[in-house]
Amino acid sequence: MFDRDRWNEIYITLSRNKLRTFLTAFGVFWGLFMLIIMLGSGNGLKNGVTKGFGDFATNSFFTWTWKTSMPYKGFPQGRNFNFNNSDIQAIKDNVPQAAVVAPRNQLGNYGGTNNVIRGLNSGAFGVYGDYPEIFTIQSYRLDEGRLLNQNDLNEKRKVAVIGQRVKEVLFDPGEDPIGESIQVNGVYFSVIGVFKSSKSLDRGEEDATSIFIPFSTFQNAFNYQNVVGWFAITSKPNVSASEVEAKVVSLLKERHSVHPDDPQAVGHFNLEDEYNKMMGLFTGIEILIWIVGIGTLLAGVIGVSNIMLIIIKERTSEIGIRRAIGAPPFDIARQIVLESVVLTSIAGYFGLVLGVGILEAVSSAIGEGGGFFANPTVDLSVALKSLLVLVFAGAFAGLIPAYRALKIKPIEAVRTE
Amino acid sequence: MIKLNAINKSYSIGKNSLHVLKGVNLDIKDGEFVSIMGSSGSGKSTLLNILGILDEYDSGEYYLGGTLIKNLNQSKAAEYRNRFIGFVFQSFNLLSFKNAVENVALPLYYQGIKRKERNRIAMEYLDRVGLTDWAHHMPSELSGGQKQRVAIARALITNPKIILADEPTGALDSVTSQEVMQLFKQVHAKGMTLIVVTHENEIANMTERIIRIKDGVIDTPSEKTNMLTGTEA
Ligand SMILES: Nc1ncnc2c1ncn2[C@@H]1O[C@H](COP(=O)(O)OP(=O)(O)OP(=O)(O)O)[C@@H](O)[C@H]1O
Ligand SMILES: [Mg+2]
Repeated sequence: MFDRDRWNEIYITLSRNKLRTFLTAFGVFWGLFMLIIMLGSGNGLKNGVTKGFGDFATNSFFTWTWKTSMPYKGFPQGRNFNFNNSDIQAIKDNVPQAAVVAPRNQLGNYGGTNNVIRGLNSGAFGVYGDYPEIFTIQSYRLDEGRLLNQNDLNEKRKVAVIGQRVKEVLFDPGEDPIGESIQVNGVYFSVIGVFKSSKSLDRGEEDATSIFIPFSTFQNAFNYQNVVGWFAITSKPNVSASEVEAKVVSLLKERHSVHPDDPQAVGHFNLEDEYNKMMGLFTGIEILIWIVGIGTLLAGVIGVSNIMLIIIKERTSEIGIRRAIGAPPFDIARQIVLESVVLTSIAGYFGLVLGVGILEAVSSAIGEGGGFFANPTVDLSVALKSLLVLVFAGAFAGLIPAYRALKIKPIEAVRTE
Repeated sequence: MIKLNAINKSYSIGKNSLHVLKGVNLDIKDGEFVSIMGSSGSGKSTLLNILGILDEYDSGEYYLGGTLIKNLNQSKAAEYRNRFIGFVFQSFNLLSFKNAVENVALPLYYQGIKRKERNRIAMEYLDRVGLTDWAHHMPSELSGGQKQRVAIARALITNPKIILADEPTGALDSVTSQEVMQLFKQVHAKGMTLIVVTHENEIANMTERIIRIKDGVIDTPSEKTNMLTGTEA
């Protein structure tokens, strides 16, 4: 197998007609190159869209209140109601599959009326009252300072973690915001941290204009009493978020005397479902890519097989001479299969390297802000697997020509003139 | 060395069958130098190909050095050709992309002999045919006579039981033909068995015995002396 003579033979045959060898190899090269590029682009799209979810826990869901649409237990329809603090413990007690139960409140909006002031600067931002656990559901990259903690909550501290954009609006460039005061709806908060969003596009922009303050402080400062705007809840590992969502929603309906079949009174949104739908789409795209890619590759491999057949026709005399002076049939067949494997492997290798190279270049060129396209790379294992497949394909492509070569009788060498 | 008993061989061409060898009986002793003559199409090459295990025969028996050569599988046939038989063809049949030494060494490649050793032995044989200086030339750079000498060196290198030559001088001028025949004589002098197919009386006369083939059978074996007056069809 690793006999120098055999490799020498292969080298000689393949280099005897360089142009044809090159053109044949190009088919395989192109096939693998396209497969890698397509797989990489598919991954890029997937990564880009997944990044839209940020590090948002994909096992999370949200639930909020709305007007009732059905009368129940003596209450008329069209009733307004709110979740409250006692729901937090009730959920924890009754739905053990829930991991994080984070109540949230919101005040103001990015693009709304200006609600935050610092000196002469002011802006309109979303102000959220939160449990520290919110940062386990949705992760932020802290730039400066720290995030909210349990003590902030317990002691109802007037502290705020602000988004990057908030800092830009309220503070001068180079100014250190940590410890500085900002005024939210007339109440002073001291800034303890600045964060960046890990999401992309609009949702990232929305995050950057957010201000987080302790949930308890929020209720107190803005006179929300025990009202909870909505819940962000995650399921425990290996428990589906949808399952927990159903349990929590029916519990909340019961606690607030909402008809169990009321479709709108308790709203909910499940990231898991969305995520799974998206992933299903990408699986579909990936399957399509493999089908097209393998097809292209197959065309290349058939090309190799074809060219090997022609080469054998041309080499009839040579093969006959070899047979006449004692080449065992197996040796001839092995030679041809090896030639085919070498040709496809080398061509495939170059396709692989160039494909991966281009993906890397594109990846570093678009960097962080690639919109719906991020990090378009392929797994090393996928790349190596396709190369392995190629080696087998090469062997396969060599089989028909090898069989044809075996049929050449030594006597034909003597006769061919 | 060679014993043929009632060898029959037909070629089928479409529906028709052409009966070329019609019960050939032949005995060639160890160390003999014989020529085969006969008119064109009489089956000389057919016979030689059967002797060389390049082709199969339909019926009869062929013994080579006591071994029955019949219904061999491809690998066995290849091995016997490699070890027992050396071929020299009219058209030289050298591999055009290999130089002289590599061509001569090729049969040893199929015996699993390492490259260095192979080439060393090949050089010895090239020396015997007087082509040491041409060892690294490609066939296209050699004259017809030189090519045939390379082919002879290749035939000899495995030290076979017999050398089979099908019109080895057919493509050569008379001077080079003489050189090639001298080489055969030297080889014969060392005890090798040689069988040469030829059209030329001059060539045939340089051998020990002439076998004539006619109408698919061997004509009464004639002594060399009888041949001097004979004419060839
Ligand atoms: N493979 C084949 N298929 C069909 N017929 C063949 C084949 N090989 C040879 N023949 C026929 O068999 C006969 C004998 O051919 P062969 O080559 O043995 O003749 P030869 O004596 O060597 O002739 P020459 O002196 O011209 O070389 C010829 O009629 C030829 O046409
Ligand atoms: Mg002939």
